[in-house]
Amino acid sequence: MAHRTRFRHGVHPPELKELTAGLAIRRMPFPGEVVLPLSQHTGKPAKPIVRVGDRVERGDKIGEADGFISSPIHASAAGTIEEVGLWPHPTGGYQPAIRIRVEQFSAQVPRPRIIPDWKGLDHDGLVEAVRKAGVVGLGGAAFPTHVKLQPPKDQQVDTILINGAECEPYLTTDHRTMVEYPERVQLGVRIMMKALGVERAVIGIERNKPDAIERIRATLPSDIDVTVQPLTVKYPQGAEKMLIDAVLHREVPSGGLPMHVGVVVHNVASVATIAEVFETGLPLIERIVTVTGFGVKKPSNLIVPVGTKTRDLLDACDGLTDDAREVIFGGPMMGTAVADLDAPIMKGTTGVVVLTQRDVKPQESYPCIRCGHCLDACPVFLNPQQLGKLAMAERWEEMEQEHLMDCMLCGCCSYTCPSNIPLSQLFTMGKAALRKVKAA
Amino acid sequence: MSTPRFLITASPHLAESDSTPKIMWHVVLSLVPIVGASVYYFGPSAVLVTGAATAGCLLTEWAFGKKGTLKDGSAMITGLLLGLILPAGIPMWMAFVGGAFSIGFGKIVFGGLGQNIFNPALLGRAFLQAAFPVAMTTWPVIRENWWALRGDNLALPLMSAKEVDVLTAATPLGLMKFERTATELGSLMIGATEGSLGETAGLLILLCGGYLALRKFLNWRIPASIFLTVAVFSQLLHWLDATRYPDALFMLFSGGLMLGAVYMATDMVTSPVTNPGCWIFGCGIGVLVVVIRLWGGLAEGVMYAILLMNALVPFINRATQPRVFGAQRRTPKEAAT
Repeated sequence: MAHRTRFRHGVHPPELKELTAGLAIRRMPFPGEVVLPLSQHTGKPAKPIVRVGDRVERGDKIGEADGFISSPIHASAAGTIEEVGLWPHPTGGYQPAIRIRVEQFSAQVPRPRIIPDWKGLDHDGLVEAVRKAGVVGLGGAAFPTHVKLQPPKDQQVDTILINGAECEPYLTTDHRTMVEYPERVQLGVRIMMKALGVERAVIGIERNKPDAIERIRATLPSDIDVTVQPLTVKYPQGAEKMLIDAVLHREVPSGGLPMHVGVVVHNVASVATIAEVFETGLPLIERIVTVTGFGVKKPSNLIVPVGTKTRDLLDACDGLTDDAREVIFGGPMMGTAVADLDAPIMKGTTGVVVLTQRDVKPQESYPCIRCGHCLDACPVFLNPQQLGKLAMAERWEEMEQEHLMDCMLCGCCSYTCPSNIPLSQLFTMGKAALRKVKAA
Repeated sequence: MSTPRFLITASPHLAESDSTPKIMWHVVLSLVPIVGASVYYFGPSAVLVTGAATAGCLLTEWAFGKKGTLKDGSAMITGLLLGLILPAGIPMWMAFVGGAFSIGFGKIVFGGLGQNIFNPALLGRAFLQAAFPVAMTTWPVIRENWWALRGDNLALPLMSAKEVDVLTAATPLGLMKFERTATELGSLMIGATEGSLGETAGLLILLCGGYLALRKFLNWRIPASIFLTVAVFSQLLHWLDATRYPDALFMLFSGGLMLGAVYMATDMVTSPVTNPGCWIFGCGIGVLVVVIRLWGGLAEGVMYAILLMNALVPFINRATQPRVFGAQRRTPKEAAT
C-alpha cells in the first residue's frame, strides 16, 4: 500500500505561485521610517524601553518581553525614536508602536555583537538565546518560539516536524527560503533538535515545490535523522494538525496541542531565522516577504526590515496597478485585509497579496441549499452548514456543543460554499462571543 | 500619494467559481436533452405540458417569492422536472396548477430556496395525482403522428379533458403489475415506451446525470445507492420467483426510477448533507420503490419513496454526523442535541 501523504478533506484553491516562485530573494532598501508594533506576536505585548529622541543602532532592543508568552522587540534600522504611541495595526485599528526615523546615511552596520556558540550551549542556553533574539513563528501566527522549545517535562516529544508546506495560494516565502538557504534550514533544524533533545526531524514539503524538495534533500545531514517528506498539494496542508496527520499519521486530540502526540511543529522560515541568530548574532529584525498578486506592478520576494510600512514595501515593488482593490497581509485564505497602507510589516507577515477587482470574490450570497460541500471540505470534520445556521441565530452555546472550538478558521467552508455564505467569518464571531460569555 | 479606496472583507479572500445559480442553471441545461427526447416521443404535447408546468412555477415564484429569486434558476428546475413527470395528454391548466402548487406549497411556504423539506416537483405531482387521478394515469401511446396532440391539452381551465380520439396504453410497470407482461429492455433503455414525458429515456438521463456528477453538481452516492439497492433487492426476488418478480434491469429502466434517482432524489435541499447519510437515503428509497412497486397498490412507487425519505432527512443528518478530528466518536445522545 502506498504511503499516505495527505490528510482527509480540504480544498484545492488555485496555486497562483508562478508570479514569484522563480524570483530570487532581493533586499529592499531601507525605508525612511520603520514602525514596530509592541504586539507582533501571540501573547502579551512587549513593554517599550526607549524614549522619544533616543538613538538606536540596528538590532538594539527597544521593547522588553512582558511575561513568559511574550517576545522582545528590536530596532530593525539605526535611527532616532520619533514616537512611542498609537499606530495603524495590520489587524485593524490602532495599537501601541515605536516609530523610528531611519538615519539616512547610516551604513546600517549592527553594533558588534557576541555570536552565541550553539555547540557550547545546553538546552537552557539555547532557549534563552532564541528568546532574547525575539524569535517567533514566522508562518503567520507568530507564537513565541522559545515557548515551543520548552514543552512541560511530562510531555515526551520524539519528533520535530518542519513545516515547508506553504499551502496558501500566492505565497513563496518558505519556498524561496528552502531553495536559496537550504544549509541555513539544516543548521536551524540541528539547533532545534539539540534544544529539544529530539532524535528525529521530518521536513514536510508540498510536491508543487520540486526544486525546494531537491535542494533540501541535497543538503540533508548524514549524522542525524532528518528526512524530507513530499506531500500532496492541498489546502490547509500547512495547518499543524493536518501536517502531523499527513506526515506521521497521528491525530492531535480535540483541544490538544501537537506535543500531546509527541510532536513539535516549526515553520521553515522560523527554523532558518534561528540559524541566522546563531550565525550573525542579530535578533529577528528582518524577514522574507512575498509581495505578489495581480494588483502589484512588480511581484517580488524581498528581505524586508520588520516595521516597514506597507506603502514603502509596495513602492519597492513599483507600486499598485490601477485596478488594485484589496491588500491582504498573509495568504488569501487566512490573511487579513488591510485598510491603511501605513500599517507595518510584522515578524509574522508572510506576504502581502494585492487582489484586483477581477480577483476579489463576489459580495452577493444566496440561501444555503444544503449541498454538503462544506462538510466535504472541513479538515476537522465539523458540520459548517449547521454551525452557520446556529451562528446566524446567535445560538453560541449550541455552537460550542457542535465543536466550534475545534474550528481553525482555515476558510475551506467559505471557499467552497456555492452560496457564498461567510461561514468562517461567522465562526470567528461565534468564537469571540463565546470568549465574552466565558469571561463574564 | 493618494490612497486608493480598498476593500475590506473577511478571509478567505478567494472563492470557488461554482455559485448556487450556476449550479442551478447547469441542472436546467442538463435537462434540455431530456425535454428534447420527450418532444421526440410525444410531439407538441410535450412542449405544451412542460411549458405550462414551468410557467406555473415561474409565475408563482415571481409573485410570492423573495425579490430576484427567479434568477437563481431553482423555480425553472422545479417547473421542468414537474413537466417531465406528467403524462403527455394532461390538460395544460392542470400542469399549470401543479406548478403553482409545487412552488407555492412546496417551497415558498417553507421560506423559499433551501428551506423546504420535500422535493417541490414531487409534491406538485402528488397533489395532481390526488386531485386529478384520471388525467394523471392516462398514458397516450408514443407511436402516433408526431404533430398530433396526445390528449386534450387545450381543455379550458377547471374542465376535465374531453374524450379525444387518442390511443392510450398501459405503462411497462402497469403491464407488469396488472397483466404480467414484460416489455423489451431495449425499448425501455431508449425510452420507446409509454409513461410520463421524461420517464422514458433511461440512458439519456444517465448521461446527463453523469455530467452533473462529474461537475459535483449532484452527489453520485444517491443515485448509485438507489440503483444498487433496487438492483440487488429485485434480482434476489427474481431468482426466488421469476414469474412474479421482474428482473433487476427491468426495474431499473422502467417507470420514473431513472429520472427520480438522478434528478429528484439528488435535490441538494431535500437530501442529506453527509455522505454516509446519502447512502442511507438512497438505500431507503431503493427499498421503498421495490416494496411499493411489487406489493403496493400502485404500479409506480418512486414519487412516494422519495417523498417519504425526504421526511427522514433531518434524522439521517443527525445520525451521520462525522467524527470531529481528534475527538471521540459522538454518542447518539450528544449528536441529538
